[in-house]
Amino acid sequence: MSNPQLIMYDEEFKQINAALEKLLREANAKVIFLVDKNGQLITGCGETERFDTTSLASLTAGNIAATGGLAKLIGEKEFSILFHEGEKDNLHISIVAGRVILVVLFDTRSSLGLVRLRVKKASEELTAIFNRLLQKNEEKEKSGDSEFPFAEITDDDIDNLFS
Amino acid sequence: MSFINYASREINCKIVYYGPGLCGKTTNLQYVYQKTAADAKGKMISLATETERTLFFDFLPLALGEIRGFKTRFHLYTVPGQVFYDASRKLILKGVDGVVFVADSQEERMDANIESVENLRINLIEQGYDLDKIPYVIQYNKRDLPNVVSVEELRRELNPTNVPDFEACATTGEGVFETLKAIAKLILFDLKKGK
Repeated sequence: MSNPQLIMYDEEFKQINAALEKLLREANAKVIFLVDKNGQLITGCGETERFDTTSLASLTAGNIAATGGLAKLIGEKEFSILFHEGEKDNLHISIVAGRVILVVLFDTRSSLGLVRLRVKKASEELTAIFNRLLQKNEEKEKSGDSEFPFAEITDDDIDNLFS
Repeated sequence: MSFINYASREINCKIVYYGPGLCGKTTNLQYVYQKTAADAKGKMISLATETERTLFFDFLPLALGEIRGFKTRFHLYTVPGQVFYDASRKLILKGVDGVVFVADSQEERMDANIESVENLRINLIEQGYDLDKIPYVIQYNKRDLPNVVSVEELRRELNPTNVPDFEACATTGEGVFETLKAIAKLILFDLKKGK
């Protein structure tokens, strides 16, 4: 498959959240989201309750996919940073570790320059965490030690979802 | 591919509704949206033109409940069916876990159905998937119209591999949940195999 399944574990999840909290403080941002390229929200920090995070994740991934398509048309691999400027709030969107999307929402209390600088630093840290995570995913898959929660799933379990 | 989060005990899966223009993909999602309890669904997003033709995609997140202590979420997407939106269709197939092909049962749309299935197969290959291997169901929509092709013929033309298929009328909701349930089941069983 082109993109292996992403499995998140407690240890890396905490490290990722810590890195985002740090970025939130240092960049003076309002909210930060981390989204899978397939449109699934991985985590977020800051004033997340003010936003429809699921929709935001899906649209961000659609946005990245569309600009990625544009990039290919003009012979670029991808556009790794997108910036959307609003009247009050701005969005800084960047690709981390080639497969996740970092979304930083900020207002006039911060600036594009500061956000770019801090995002760059945080990206390195996040890339290291994701590389470890992907390696762990691979190792677990190879050793067959998937501890997968659905191994004993039954027809009834699924029917219950729709009842 | 699905995203499994052991930290927050969640599993997210992506389902794409594919098919020729005006076959009823968006109508399927709208019906699911209408009939799902408020606490189980998110906002439905439609990126459409002023004439309500899908421009990029429709998106509907569903949180159906828990299986073995894991919150199970399905993200439903439609593609734009019109032929010239092919670049957008390819993008939406990225990371798909299961596909619903919505066929338009009307006689005059038969060619469009066949063309769309072939387009689906090609676009999946580009993303590294094989239509014969991923969870896949077919819905024969618009069964209420007078000029429909028989199910036998639709099956012969569109379902040579005998995947689960359903007759439907998306405007009244007939067959809509049966289709969704079938694809959800295939995806979860596919996950169970630990692929």
